[in-house]
Formats: sequence, structure tokens, C-alpha cells
Amino acid sequence: MTSSPRKRLGLVIDLNACVGCHACAVACKQENSVGHSGRSSDVEAYQASPRGVWPNRVHSYEFGEGAAGRTVYFPKTCLHCEAPACVTVCPTGASYKRADDGIVLIDHDKCIGCKLCAWACPYGAREFDEVEAVMKKCTLCVDRIHDRELPVEDRQPICVTTCPANARHFGDFADPESNVSRLTREFGGFDPLPELKYRPTSKYLPPRSVTADGRKTAARKLERSPRALLDFLDALLTR
Amino acid sequence: MDPAASIIIFTTASGAGYGLLAILGFMAALDVSPTPGPFAVALALGLISIGLFASTFHLGRPLRAWRALSRWRTSWMSREGLAALVTFLPATAFGVLWASSEPNDVSIRLLGGLSAAMAMTTVFCTAMIYASLTTIRRWSHTLVPPIYLALALQSGALLLVALTTVFGGRGPIALAMATTFAAWLIKAAYWRSIDRALPTSSLGSATGLAHLGAARAFDPPHTGANFLLRDMGFVVARKRALALRRSVHVCLFGAPFALIGLILLTPLSASCPLASTAILAAAIGLGTERWLFFAEARHVSALFYGRVD
Repeated sequence: MTSSPRKRLGLVIDLNACVGCHACAVACKQENSVGHSGRSSDVEAYQASPRGVWPNRVHSYEFGEGAAGRTVYFPKTCLHCEAPACVTVCPTGASYKRADDGIVLIDHDKCIGCKLCAWACPYGAREFDEVEAVMKKCTLCVDRIHDRELPVEDRQPICVTTCPANARHFGDFADPESNVSRLTREFGGFDPLPELKYRPTSKYLPPRSVTADGRKTAARKLERSPRALLDFLDALLTR
Repeated sequence: MDPAASIIIFTTASGAGYGLLAILGFMAALDVSPTPGPFAVALALGLISIGLFASTFHLGRPLRAWRALSRWRTSWMSREGLAALVTFLPATAFGVLWASSEPNDVSIRLLGGLSAAMAMTTVFCTAMIYASLTTIRRWSHTLVPPIYLALALQSGALLLVALTTVFGGRGPIALAMATTFAAWLIKAAYWRSIDRALPTSSLGSATGLAHLGAARAFDPPHTGANFLLRDMGFVVARKRALALRRSVHVCLFGAPFALIGLILLTPLSASCPLASTAILAAAIGLGTERWLFFAEARHVSALFYGRVD
């Protein structure tokens, strides 16, 4: 059930590139109104207190003070963990991690809407659909990515193809030479809340650090080393 | 965490029922039969049923609840559901046999022991649903299962004393006082422990960007409410929580302990009013204790909204 999958599909979210436009969140909402998740329902969408399911949400944070301070946009969605407690706590088996590609999904016909999986998720990646009375989450666009009718470049989660800043990358983490594995390696991909040991498959890339004169150290390092620059370009182009 | 009425009623009512069943079962197994034996078993099963029925109100799809019995190998909720249903078998046989034959019958003693073990197993599973969630550090605590077990036994013992006084006896006063005192100690130790524990996660570790300096939530992802904030972002004011804790000390522990103790010192005619008052106070106190168990627990995912863990 949670044994090591052959592929480990996931996202790399580059916090250095994200501009906080929420396009991924909106596209996700649109894409997931059909397909595996059925729909991501809204309640009182046009009244004073609208609420509804969003499998992907973009937070904004400030770090540090003064000249060293910076704003970071932080898209947050299911990270398709290697140790998904949301799957183990599920009393019905509705929550599962696919053996083939490691995607964590919900069988909405088996879900009893007990919300325990949401309590077990440290990332707030699961939401209760008030209309359908079952849990909803990111499917990594499971319908799209395996759809052979689509052109190859479109077989990616909608948040990835939509992002205008190239802040999101999709690939197989089981392959050490995949775009996501290399990006993770080269730009210090990390796990949020590592202390909880959920071992997320998806990784975040940190904002490249800024020196006192406002220049990015990573970029300066690249100027000095043509090899690093080539690697960087290669990483971008092989996305 | 949102203190939902369905879960508070479920855990307190079924907890008291299982506690009562466990005490009756142990007493029968040891051949110490209390006066209203079979009647008390019926009360226990009634409370358990009310609790289990209430729990289905927390489900989005209660008609699919039967599916929850399938994943007992991994899920504490599944184990709890299974244990709850299985307990009905020996417990019903235990009550029926007890009502129809001699109390010292070997089969009654065996069924009593089995019912008691199953009742405690079920309460342990309930507690483990919460204690196994590492995302909520005030639940993922070694004292949570002992609290659930002790409070189940305490409320069961108080119920048995009250029921016995209705039938003109005094009931297991020492047991009721001992379980009340034990539960009091464990709960006080738990509160002391969670008050002293420091948060293990912060917005810095949640974003993984602590090295960038002090983190502040700048802009939330949405302007309205959502499921995450309503279900897992519930916050009770510290001052209010402390006031409610004091009321638990009085209603759930202090008052029942004193009132039950008074039964020993007063004429038999005062027993029933004293025990009834103790039960009433304990019921209010237990509801408050369980409300606080949820309200004081904070989910680590609320960190992303700039909350403190």
C-alpha cells in the first residue's frame, strides 16, 4: 500500500521564481472541476462568506528586516509524501498511494468524510468538500499526465503548464537524472516541516540568497563558473 | 482543533459506557457482583450506543460508515470501530446470562472478563486515534491514552455508585474515589506537561526558510473562511481555557471526589442525592474536559496561516 513505487512523480516549486500571481491555484481549481476529483465544490460562492475546496493555495510571507528582508510567495499543495500518514489513518482504504507512480489519491466512492486524513496531514493539503461530503486533494492532475491523447508537453499538471514564471516543474524523482531530481540537487531542494518525517516527494527550491548590495549570490557564483551556468541553463531547458 | 459536539458526545458517552462495562466485567470476573448487575450492563450498552450513534454525525457520509471496518491493520479509527462492534458480542451475552442465571456462573465470569478487556481495548483505540497524530503535539502525548482510560473508568465507577444508590446500596465507593483521584493526577500532569512543552515547529521550519530571518505571514491565500481554518484553526483564548480548566478541577474531580466520600459519612438515605449530584457535576466536567482537549490542541498546518503552534 505504501511500499516504494516504481516512479515517484512530484513537483519542484521554485520559491525564487514564484511571483505570487495565483494562476496555478486558479487553473487547478478549474482543472479539478472535472476528472478524478469530480469537482472542487464551492459554498455560497457569490454571497458574503464564500468558501470551497482549493487543492492548491498560495501563501505569502515576509522574512527578515530592512534591506535584508524579503517577500516569499509560497504555493502549497499535496507533496505526495513517501510516508503519507493520511493514507495510514484512513479507516476505509479510500486514501491510497499508487504503487506505479507514487501519487496519493482518494477513492471518492469509499470516502466517508471523517476528516481524519486532513488531521494527519501537516501541510493542510486535504480539504472537506461540503457539497459532496468527501475529502478532496491535489491529484497531480492524474487524468492529464497519463492522457495519451494530449501532446507530450501538455502531459503535466495544469499548475506547471500554467505558471508564467516557470516556478513549477513536474517529473520523476525516482530517476536521478530527471529535471526535478537535478533541480533539487543543484538548487538545494528541501522539505517543509522536515521534523515531522513525512518525507515529501515534491520539493521546494529556496529563494537564492541576497547579499547586502542586493545581488543574488547564486547568480554571482554562476558568473564565475561557466560550467555552473551551463548546468543552470540545461536544468532550465530540460524542464 | 474544532470541538465538534458529535465527537465530544461520542467520546464521553461511549467512554463512560465502556468504563462501566469494564468495571462490571472485572467485578463479575472476580465474583464481586454489584447489586444492579444486569441493569448496569444495559445502561453501559445504552451509553455506548448513544456515543457510537453520535460519532456518525461527524461523518460526511454516515451511510458508508461500515467501510471503516476494513483497514484495522493500519488505522486506529478502523480498529476502534471494529473493537466497538466486537465488544457488543461478549457484553450482550454477559448481560443476558447475568440476568438469567446465578452470578457465580463460570461462563458469566469469563464473559465479564472478556467484556472488560474488550471495553478497555476500545477506549485505548479511541485515544490512539488522537495520540497517533504527530501533526497535533498536544494529542501526540504519552498521557493521552491513560487519560482516556482513566476518565472512562472514573465515569463508569461514578455511574455504578449512582445506580447502586438508586437500588438502596452504596456501591464501589473506594473504586470511584480511587479512579477519580487517579484521573485527576493524570489530567493535571498532562496540563502541566503541555504548558511547559515548547513548540517543535514554527513558521520558519514550516516554510523551510528559517535561514532568511524572522518569518511573518504577510498575506493569506484567501480572504474568506475555509475548511482548514474552521476545522483545524480553532483557537481558545488562554484566559478562557484556564478558567475552564479550573471548572474541570471542580466539577469533574474535586466535587465528585468529595460527594462520593460523603456517602460513607452520611446516612444511607443521603446516598442517592449525593451520588446523583456527583454524576451531574462529573458530566458537566467531563464535557468541558473533552471540549478543552479539542480546543486547546493546535494543528501544525495552522503555522502556514501565521498561527503559533
